[in-house]
Amino acid sequence: MIALIQRHGALAVLVVLLAVGGLSFDTFLTPYSLTNMAVQATFLAVVALGMTMVIITGGIDLSVGSVYALAGVLAAYGSARWGLAGGLLLPLAVSGLIGLTQGVLVARGRMAPFIVTLCGLLFARGLLQLVTVEGSMTYQVPDSSALRTVGQGTVLVAIAVVCYLLGGAVLQRTPFGMRLFAIGGNEDAASLMGLPVARTKVSVYLMSGLLAGLAGVMQTAQSGSGVTNIGVGLELSAIAAAVIGGTMLTGGSGAVSGTLAGVALLSVIRELINQLGIDSNMQNVVSGAVLIIVVVLQTLLTRARRRASEVEHVPQ
Amino acid sequence: MTAETATPRSAQARWRARTGPPLSAYGVYVALLLLVVVNVVVTPSFLSAANLRLQLVQTVPVLVVALGMALVIGTEGIDLSVGSVMAIAAALIPLYLGYGAATAIVVSLVAGAAAGLLSGSLVTFAGIQPIVATLALLIGGRGLAIVIAHGQLKQIYNPQLLALGSDNVAGVPLTVLVAAVLVVAVGLLVGRTTFGRQLVAVGGNRKAAEFAGLPVRRVLLVVYMLSGVLAAVAGVLATARLNSSDPSNLGQLIELSAITAVVVGGTPLSGGRVRVVGTVAGALLMQLITATLIAHNVPASVTQMVEAAIIAVAVLLQREGRAGA
Repeated sequence: MIALIQRHGALAVLVVLLAVGGLSFDTFLTPYSLTNMAVQATFLAVVALGMTMVIITGGIDLSVGSVYALAGVLAAYGSARWGLAGGLLLPLAVSGLIGLTQGVLVARGRMAPFIVTLCGLLFARGLLQLVTVEGSMTYQVPDSSALRTVGQGTVLVAIAVVCYLLGGAVLQRTPFGMRLFAIGGNEDAASLMGLPVARTKVSVYLMSGLLAGLAGVMQTAQSGSGVTNIGVGLELSAIAAAVIGGTMLTGGSGAVSGTLAGVALLSVIRELINQLGIDSNMQNVVSGAVLIIVVVLQTLLTRARRRASEVEHVPQ
Repeated sequence: MTAETATPRSAQARWRARTGPPLSAYGVYVALLLLVVVNVVVTPSFLSAANLRLQLVQTVPVLVVALGMALVIGTEGIDLSVGSVMAIAAALIPLYLGYGAATAIVVSLVAGAAAGLLSGSLVTFAGIQPIVATLALLIGGRGLAIVIAHGQLKQIYNPQLLALGSDNVAGVPLTVLVAAVLVVAVGLLVGRTTFGRQLVAVGGNRKAAEFAGLPVRRVLLVVYMLSGVLAAVAGVLATARLNSSDPSNLGQLIELSAITAVVVGGTPLSGGRVRVVGTVAGALLMQLITATLIAHNVPASVTQMVEAAIIAVAVLLQREGRAGA
């Protein structure tokens, strides 16, 4: 029971909020409003997927917001020069390279993920400024470019859904996914069991970089230009979504379905606050409060469960 | 952050242990000295009083925040909320300026302490990881600050508060003096008091500190409150210097600069050690790097990338030092 709440707490709150919103506002549960919310949430969803995998290994990736913005700019730049292939390959190659470098520094260099990806955050933001001539250039995706078709709402949502299906399958059904949990649970034990710890960690940061890059490409495909000032603080929303969804920052546990529920919860909160006509900055206050409440509950539940299992295992 | 894994002691690590104190112990001072020497040679009017004053004044907010951050990191924690606490402090000032500058400042500092008490309680009593607890406050605090200020930037006209931001005493800016006093105070707190010993003990090994009967919870609460108060001080000083209260932008990303100053200064993220002088040197170093590159027309983008590389190298050196320790 406790485990169930812990795993699906976000989903339960989400359902309640949707019901409340639907009863309170006529325009809330309409197909138009729901589609809109889904499309707006896809970018965060894709970023948070990578974040979840990194967190499961006991790490963290602070660079995703910057990589997201950088990839968006590179997608516009690439598509203007080399068409669809350039618009996809250039940003993914660069964001993959950043993720790979971070992974190598974390896994082989044994540096703290927090610091490595903090450097990645600064580096990617700097590179973005360099590419856009200190933010003075805004690259446009040509109207004729095939990249614009990727930016249609249904395509964006489809991409996010495919990512989550693949991500869920990889985590739950493959040896690679099992390795992520093993490393996050106890890295030394995983290493002693002969698991390829370093290689797995490198792949996980690579995947997080690629997913952040993909989200950036998606955002540019939708907006039609490489916006330079986006993605600041996106890493925090992604972490919040993962944590709200039941992924423990201590590593070793988590699920992509929870993260998806966390992303949806954050989006619904934002939409509800919009509908209520409250100052949109209250949205952040509420998101922060939700994060605290969820984490406190999680901690209490974990303690309760540990106590319960101790009672079971010590019959005396 | 992540659990520090026990590095297998390789022959390489043992060799390092025998080669004396790690480079990281002195690296930041050597780097700072080098940078000053290079600047004296290549940057025109670097040693002018006006320029030195400017460099110091620009270091103040990051330095004051970094002092609190160093204490928190010393307990193996982290405080991401400092920028938002600065914003809350700044947002409160115009509301209470009618009762005098002193009242407004006190209210700001009390708010900072309250923010610290909240994150400290989450860490100590609820057992939440510091990074998550303070992340929540980072997200929520900024929103709260903007809500308090109704999203507006407010000009400050109070002469006393403006004097705090712009007056000099014997040629030294008042804000720099305040920062210097705080550095000495935090230095004494860490090095010369029981509380300082307890702080380091909690950071070194919390379980052991608990078994030794130290007031672990009280130490943690006080440390997060100090970090909140220092962030509020930085918010007040920055507001006084900018002549305006700007809760939307003040202190954005300052947590990263502060963490950088602390880590580059030789305080390990794994806790158990606080280097106050190193933190000062770290803050000055990062400020000088930025100023030097900008003075020589290096674009801000490249400056940022260089900073990222410097942090990475500093931590890499520190990690080697720890492996040998």
